[in-house]
Amino acid sequence: MITSVMIVGVGGQGSLLASKVLGRAAMDKGIDVKVSEVHGMSQRGGSVVTYVRFGDKVYSPIIDKGGADYIISFELLEAARYVDFLKPGGQIVTSTQQIDPMPVVTGQAEYPQGLIEKMEASGAKVDAFDALTVAEEAGSAKAANIVLMGRFAKYIKEISKDEWLKAVEACVPAKFLELNRKAFEMGMNA
Amino acid sequence: MKELMLGNKAVARGLYEAGVCVASSYPGTPSTETTEEAAKYNEIYCEWAPNEKVAMETAFGASRAGKRSYCAMKHVGLNVAADPLFTIAYTGVNAGMVILVADDPGMHSSQNEQDSRHYAIAAKIPMLEPSDSQEALDFTKKAYEISEEFDTPVLIKMCTRVAHSQSIVETGERVEPPMKEYVKDIAKYVMVPANAKKRHPIVEERTRKLVAFAETSELNRVERAKDNKLGIITSSTCYQYVKEVYGDSANILKIGLINPLPEKLIKDFAASVEKLAVVEELDPIIENHCKVLGLQVTGKDVFPMVDEFSQGIVADRLGEKTDEGCKAIEGLPNRPPAMCSGCPHRGVFFTLSKNKCRVMGDIGCYTLGSAPPLCAIDTTECMGASVSSIHGFNKARGEESEKNTVAVIGDSTFMHSGMTGLANIAYNQTNSTVIILDNSITGMTGHQQNPTTGFNLRGDPAGKIDLEALVRAMGISRVRVVDPYNLAAMDAAVKEELAASEPSVIISRRPCVLLKNVKKNPPVKVNPDKCKGCKSCMQLGCPSISFKDGKAHIDQTLCVGCKVCTELCHFHAFETQEGEEI
Repeated sequence: MITSVMIVGVGGQGSLLASKVLGRAAMDKGIDVKVSEVHGMSQRGGSVVTYVRFGDKVYSPIIDKGGADYIISFELLEAARYVDFLKPGGQIVTSTQQIDPMPVVTGQAEYPQGLIEKMEASGAKVDAFDALTVAEEAGSAKAANIVLMGRFAKYIKEISKDEWLKAVEACVPAKFLELNRKAFEMGMNA
Repeated sequence: MKELMLGNKAVARGLYEAGVCVASSYPGTPSTETTEEAAKYNEIYCEWAPNEKVAMETAFGASRAGKRSYCAMKHVGLNVAADPLFTIAYTGVNAGMVILVADDPGMHSSQNEQDSRHYAIAAKIPMLEPSDSQEALDFTKKAYEISEEFDTPVLIKMCTRVAHSQSIVETGERVEPPMKEYVKDIAKYVMVPANAKKRHPIVEERTRKLVAFAETSELNRVERAKDNKLGIITSSTCYQYVKEVYGDSANILKIGLINPLPEKLIKDFAASVEKLAVVEELDPIIENHCKVLGLQVTGKDVFPMVDEFSQGIVADRLGEKTDEGCKAIEGLPNRPPAMCSGCPHRGVFFTLSKNKCRVMGDIGCYTLGSAPPLCAIDTTECMGASVSSIHGFNKARGEESEKNTVAVIGDSTFMHSGMTGLANIAYNQTNSTVIILDNSITGMTGHQQNPTTGFNLRGDPAGKIDLEALVRAMGISRVRVVDPYNLAAMDAAVKEELAASEPSVIISRRPCVLLKNVKKNPPVKVNPDKCKGCKSCMQLGCPSISFKDGKAHIDQTLCVGCKVCTELCHFHAFETQEGEEI
């Protein structure tokens, strides 16, 4: 049994740290895990995707259309963009943050409306909340990635809260540990 | 110890455990982290060379001197280093030497999709292809053994999905072999024709021995299924996709040594199965080898020659069931990468766009100057081509072109291969205008130092090349430095240098806004009462500026207060956080 998770967002939003925490939590549990990232040009404000797959024995590090159990998204439009990668009935955990892509900035397109309803109509379950505001309450907008992971943790029964927090501890610099712990817990309770 | 490790980091661990002492590379996605991670081990001297050719020759020098050495590059970097590659194949090595080349199928961050396996065949050098992080570590160590046993440099070929995927790795201890003796050996190392003629048969003999090695080496292995209906030959990340689809239900010949390929092993495998398929990304290297051996095989007749593969592609093309997902949502605006808020390049490209210049582009973050709304770049091919090609363009079109065409090239790219193009401009005389976009770092690959920054790979102070003095010494007397945040100064510089009757270099100087030591200013605001909604500021294509309810709006989390937009406002609508007019 393999669980496949896509972490999507806009380049620079911190998806690499989120995938690191999830990967670490799985590995510490003794579960096989693979994480695939893309570096380089897309990190300059483009649409970015990270794949995390964990289970008994993981071969492919990537996820195809129809292969994801979960999508964790830092941005609403990006959640909608990858909905066809989700298995029918799969779960989306997304921040409601909206960042205008360049075609919207330049006036060639409009930021689409009703995205949550459209994702639900596509067959996805959607858990949408404002991770940015929660992160700001925790102490920094930069911790939105960890807030989202906290929210996502509720869906992963095999990893306990303590195990998650240990993974957070292993992945963030010591001086930001308290902030990120708080962000994780607030995400869990959001 | 077990660790979840990036493929590239696992290579670095392999270098450490193999006792490597010298590494010289040029950054290039997806190869960069191998050298950055190696630099975290004090036992390995690591450096960024000005380009891949220099890196490879440096590594070769270290190998000849008697220490195990390493160099890394992306696929197109191997084109730059191809010159030494083909000849060190003849000389062989002293201590082990490994060259890592990272391909980018799918072109996540590259200008072409070339298949580096051709180089291994053409240069007659063994090439190893790991399929996950554990193999990245193990194959790196194995590569040094092969290098010393067969007296040859060894290539390791990565691809994006192996280089930038993390999987669990078991690490070992470092074993540093003693320094090898350096013996002057003219017949082996001086490749004048008489000596090279004697070396070439040695290379051919070495390849024959390596083929024999490939027949039995554990780098190539057969995994048997319960029946013999289907056999698949595969390597690299494709092995993982095949396993994902078939598990233990297909016979697999997994190739770890991609050059030279075994013959008997492949023929025996083919004879043991009813149907034979080859699964490989890009070009049909294994497939063609099979065909030369007279085997009937399914390969590029069903698989694409382009883009990266996945388990879904393997399943679909081999007639297996594929997954159905949620319904796609149509008509969503795309999100291409863009120059960052406060990027110093933006002021240059705005100026060039406004002056309707023809722009010969180059390789780096600034290639994003070609994207809407600025659309300010006409060409992009390879490192250094902007400076060389503007000269040819101007030779062909003459004065008409010299008056409105510029070349743009970053500081790191200029050091890599822009200098020789500028030498040609100075020597063969065109009134070309070259803009060096000096942001004090190698940006796109994730902030690596270069010879103009004054710091080395570890961030310690290092030699610093003075760009102005260098350009002058090359014979360009019109050299000026402009701050790209100052649009009026940039406009004047571009107009004056295009009008000048001699070649000129404009150095657009401001450090990358993403650098940690660059101070960010507080974001600016728009006073909605003063904003007329003329969209002048929006011509910049800054991700921080959007248009809401007929007025410009500044995203307060993205804006870094560069104030370039404020220079375009005719209505003084921009304000500081304190509400003062800018």
